[in-house]
Amino acid sequence: MERDTHFVLGVYEDEDVLLDAVKQVRSSGVKIHEVYSPYPVHGLEHVLGYKRSRLPIAAFLFGILGTTLALTMQFYMMKFDWPMIIGGKDYAAFPDFIPVSFEMTVLLAAFGMVGVFMVSSNLKPWAQPRIFDVRITDDKHVMAIDIANNSAMDQEKIKEILKSSGATEVNNKSFDE
Amino acid sequence: MQVTSSVREPLVTGGKSYHDVTHDVSRQVEGKPSLSWFLAFLTAAGVLGLGSIALIATLWEGIGMWGLNKTIGWAWDITNFVWWVGIGHAGTLISAVLLLFRQKWRTSINRAAEAMTIFAVICAAMFPVIHMGRPWLGAYWALPLPNTFGSLWVNFNSPLLWDVFAISTYFSVSLVFWYIGLIPDFATIRDRATGLRKTIYGALSFGWDGAAKTWMRYESVSLILAGLATPLVLSVHTIVSFDFATSVIPGWHTTIFPPYFVAGAIFSGFAMVLTLMIITRKVFKLEDYITMGHIELMNIVIIITGSIVGIAYITEFFIAWYSGVAAEQYAFINRATGPYWWAYWSMMTCNVISPQLFWFKKIRTSIVATFILSLVVNIGMWFERFVIIVTSLHRDYLPSSWAMFYPTWADIGVYLFTFGLFFTLFFLFAKFFPVINMAEVKSVLKSSSEKAAK
Repeated sequence: MERDTHFVLGVYEDEDVLLDAVKQVRSSGVKIHEVYSPYPVHGLEHVLGYKRSRLPIAAFLFGILGTTLALTMQFYMMKFDWPMIIGGKDYAAFPDFIPVSFEMTVLLAAFGMVGVFMVSSNLKPWAQPRIFDVRITDDKHVMAIDIANNSAMDQEKIKEILKSSGATEVNNKSFDE
Repeated sequence: MQVTSSVREPLVTGGKSYHDVTHDVSRQVEGKPSLSWFLAFLTAAGVLGLGSIALIATLWEGIGMWGLNKTIGWAWDITNFVWWVGIGHAGTLISAVLLLFRQKWRTSINRAAEAMTIFAVICAAMFPVIHMGRPWLGAYWALPLPNTFGSLWVNFNSPLLWDVFAISTYFSVSLVFWYIGLIPDFATIRDRATGLRKTIYGALSFGWDGAAKTWMRYESVSLILAGLATPLVLSVHTIVSFDFATSVIPGWHTTIFPPYFVAGAIFSGFAMVLTLMIITRKVFKLEDYITMGHIELMNIVIIITGSIVGIAYITEFFIAWYSGVAAEQYAFINRATGPYWWAYWSMMTCNVISPQLFWFKKIRTSIVATFILSLVVNIGMWFERFVIIVTSLHRDYLPSSWAMFYPTWADIGVYLFTFGLFFTLFFLFAKFFPVINMAEVKSVLKSSSEKAAK
């Protein structure tokens, strides 16, 4: 695969410089492949123009599923399948079913959301990530620019833009895949 | 971008850079274990081994090995269960509730506190499982599984069953929350390592690459998990208290139990976090990350929750008198002046009086005093559960059934077993996992470190 394998990297030291740099680089017409950071930088997703994550919706839907499953299970078992009078209560003692329903809601919401997160971000034990720079997980922010995606612009020009935006280093990185 | 008030104390001292954070925390994982670590680990493993004799004896012979009798059917087992679950409340409280309240000081203690939570819940879960007598059949009694006993299901009206759901949900959600936080830090260790360590931490890091999009989702997941874990942590000890509160035993049948148990859980959990943190920061030289400021804030939480617990004890006593129910009044007078008076007064001294010492700034900013008081609080909280459980049971409705509880060697041994298990797991965690959440500490470094304040 030719695409996505040759990159220009801008290395940044400071999160606030990085935020301004992303704005500058984008406004000069360069398409940013992705920015890599050692920790979550607040506001980075806004300047990169990412849409809000829909993971909360996934959590909500899984939560509703948990509530429904828990209530269905309890009503079926206690009222229909094997009705017994316990403590003089109704077979379908609804208030008694609340704690288990709550726990099942939380359980499914949490696991469902995390599962969707793992799948959408391709997180799995055997995943082989592209490591642009080992310092990404230490103390440097790296802006990766895909050359194939910016064919209209000269490579030297891109490097210039990165330098003037505050990058302390500008490197090339290729992956053979 | 971020504005820091100059009156706030720095969260990280010693002028640390981002790379220093990585180095100071990863160094523990990468270096050879120290002699003190080996000694501590071997001691814990030794206790685990000794305790397992009692555990095996209990499983082999049955719970007749314990000091229970026909009047006191619940004693050390449930006391230890509630005690460990209580300790297991601080981790999620620190990471979830303090995240929602945007308390940045949580960042350097949340990792170890969550680990402690998970290990404490494992220890807690041991007791109800062993108490089943034949735990290998326990799945049928605890879970709604189709079975050949007739189609008889588990009883969803019982708080004991709610407990099964609450504790297992709490354990698994806490584990996931903890692991999600560990992924970026495992990636840090992966990128510093070579050879086998790189392979192992590479697999543990799930292919983390630090992309802005992944961080955005990570933050979203953390926030929602915190929002889910906050009512969850409150529900767990509420449901544990229902085990007692929904019964008709004088001394147990009180509506004050849920908030009182939750406050007690946070109280004992923070005490255990302090005990472990004071040792960890010393052994691993992390004084710049877990600062006096952190210890002081945790001590303030202990004053507040300790005072709530104190008020609960007094309210319970008052309501027993005010209710005019003779059995209820007797249960409480008997607690304070009956044959278990020493347990009651140990509880009152350790839980109500001793945390009040933290009003003095000298005491709450002293490492030695904090360490001693954190142990005292957990001794007190053990007595609280013992007092509630045993003194309420030992005076049965018929005076001919009145009895006393004496622990046997198996009771003590199984309790020791859980101590061994807890510390063995904690020492393994401290050696092989990053004990401080590096990514989160880095995210507050610019706004809240000593260097930034200058």
